[in-house]
Amino acid sequence: MANVVLKQVRKRFGPVETIHGVDLDIRDGEFCVFVGPSGCGKSTLLRLIAGLEDITDGELSIGGDVVNDIAPKERGVAMVFQSYALYPHMSVFENMAFGLDLAKHSKDEQKARVMAAAKTLQLENLLDRKPKELSGGQRQRVAIGRAIVRKPRVFLFDEPLSNLDAALRVQMRIELAKLHEKLNTTMIYVTHDQVEAMTMADKIVVLRDGRVEQVGTPLELYHYPANLFVAGFIGSPKMNFISANVAQISQHSVTVKLESGKEVSLPVDGSGLAPADRVTVGIRPEHCSIADQDTALFTGTVEVVEHLGEAGLVYVRTGSDDLFVVRVAGDTAIKNGETVGVAAAEQDCYVFDGADMAKRRLAVDNAPLKAQMTLN
Amino acid sequence: MNTKLRKILPKAGFWLLVTVIVLFAVFPFYYAILTSFESGSGLFQVNYLPESVTLANYISVFKGQAFGHNIFNSVFVSFMVVALSLLLGVTASYALARVKFAGRGLLLLTILSVSMFPQVAVLSGMFELIRGVGLYNNMFGLAISYMMLTLPFTVWVLTAFMRELPRELEEAAVMDGASPWIIIRRVFLPVMWPAMVTTGLLAFIAAWNEFLFALTFTLTDDKRTVPVAIALISGASQHEMPWGNIMAASVIVTLPLIVLVLIFQRRIVSGLTAGAVKG
Ligand SMILES: Nc1ncnc2c1ncn2[C@@H]1O[C@H](COP(=O)(O)OP(=O)(O)O)[C@@H](O)[C@H]1O
Ligand SMILES: [Mg+2]
Repeated sequence: MANVVLKQVRKRFGPVETIHGVDLDIRDGEFCVFVGPSGCGKSTLLRLIAGLEDITDGELSIGGDVVNDIAPKERGVAMVFQSYALYPHMSVFENMAFGLDLAKHSKDEQKARVMAAAKTLQLENLLDRKPKELSGGQRQRVAIGRAIVRKPRVFLFDEPLSNLDAALRVQMRIELAKLHEKLNTTMIYVTHDQVEAMTMADKIVVLRDGRVEQVGTPLELYHYPANLFVAGFIGSPKMNFISANVAQISQHSVTVKLESGKEVSLPVDGSGLAPADRVTVGIRPEHCSIADQDTALFTGTVEVVEHLGEAGLVYVRTGSDDLFVVRVAGDTAIKNGETVGVAAAEQDCYVFDGADMAKRRLAVDNAPLKAQMTLN
Repeated sequence: MNTKLRKILPKAGFWLLVTVIVLFAVFPFYYAILTSFESGSGLFQVNYLPESVTLANYISVFKGQAFGHNIFNSVFVSFMVVALSLLLGVTASYALARVKFAGRGLLLLTILSVSMFPQVAVLSGMFELIRGVGLYNNMFGLAISYMMLTLPFTVWVLTAFMRELPRELEEAAVMDGASPWIIIRRVFLPVMWPAMVTTGLLAFIAAWNEFLFALTFTLTDDKRTVPVAIALISGASQHEMPWGNIMAASVIVTLPLIVLVLIFQRRIVSGLTAGAVKG
């Protein structure tokens, strides 16, 4: 077990720099998720930690030792690949025992460790099979088993669930969470799926274009996104954005004038803002409601209504290019083409300044998050 | 009636074409086998079905010269060529396919261009080399000179194959603590069987049938390989071509090739990797 610390880590491929100075502190036993859109450098960052790529600049330490120039096998890390990368000619048992064999563990030791891992992952009946005789979920388990048997200090996962179907993905998500609870080893997990990040992580690292946008717990990111990008990335359906102008600033709120002409007073920290500044107001679909025209923030025409069963999603065209999404009750009677008003509580709104940075929200009502934050 | 005919005609034409091609391809071999079982004046009569069958030619081939010895030489040289080609081919292709270094493309092109020179062009130079290192009239010298024929395609085919192997397979092995040599030996080699069998077989055939180098780089009867030995089979007098013996010898040396192909046919199974890396 070990913590992982990155200090100004950079990676250049030829002339192109893809990781631009990342600082991170991943604690011992933490489940840390790197999340971000495709191509943002998540895999590259993970591969730097694994030792599959050389670090161009900066310092990486695992368990207190600087490991920049140490071979992958000596870093005490194990990796699970997106494609599983099982050895096709070896049985499940041999796949898992290969690393132990190379590390010159005795046959008895190999067997004991593989059996223990097989038990944890319910692979006991499959040990003699070849990878091609396994289902996707089973292959995934073998790949995890191959990592477990080596008793690494840090587990690395690169989008391990992206090749599975939706139902299996949920199941494996829970199993991975349980595995983490059982082993209590540091795990670093890469995904582009914010749902995976939110459900599994102790700590989420949001990446964009090779830079860290924000680090925090799932609830911190949800309630206090640092900027527009994180706000838009975390949460599903994604946050709605509308532009507005600052009308008035007081100690506990900022009054903004929406394009609809309506003025609302939002409980955010207004320092740094000045009257007439252009800002972006963010509202999550689950925080809006369809309302009368007089209480509404603005009105628009319903373009599409999606019925999810337990809820419905109403897409409202507000005149601008974007559709505004409102999450409503599942039995909604709203129809396409209707003109509706959209309302939201002031404390549920997010405000971003001209540089897309979030203004601190002052009235977030979330007990678990508060408890968590006083603990830290 | 008309539509029926229109259906049958193309089919008939197709089979006719197939028959002609097969006949054209197989007839020389058939005729060689036929001739090898005939003797005396029967040899010089044109016939298409066996008339008198005798093993006299087969016996006299082994009696007249050191043919057994020649077969042994051929087997020895060919196996050495296959082993050397595969060893060098696999290790070189690992570097060419998996290791990034400057001039990789140029090196690949150079290797390919080696196979563009006709053998005759390098014959005298190669002769000097072989003699210079003291391998004239020696099986090892022959095997080394054959590398020029087999290595280019071995390296190219294996490099192409190795490029297709998923990068994550190699990286998984790296994470498991495998060195490049272990990766080649315990991860890539087992997966590369089909390519190895195919290239190995081609190398074997090339070495087995090679004539020019074998003729030039050997001196004595006991060092000759089969193709040279067959070419040098002489009859009772200078003016008599011993066709019977030549054909018998040819049949004998073709058999191993056919047997090899039949054995490995089953082994040339592609898709060994299927399902290993995909979901
Ligand atoms: N070996 C490489 N050589 C050159 N560029 C690379 C290499 N690996 C990744 N990149 C580049 O780095 C960027 C980040 O890639 P990656 O880490 O795979 O993104 P992600 O996993 O977040 O989708 C991409 O723009 C990609 O083209
Ligand atoms: Mg990736």
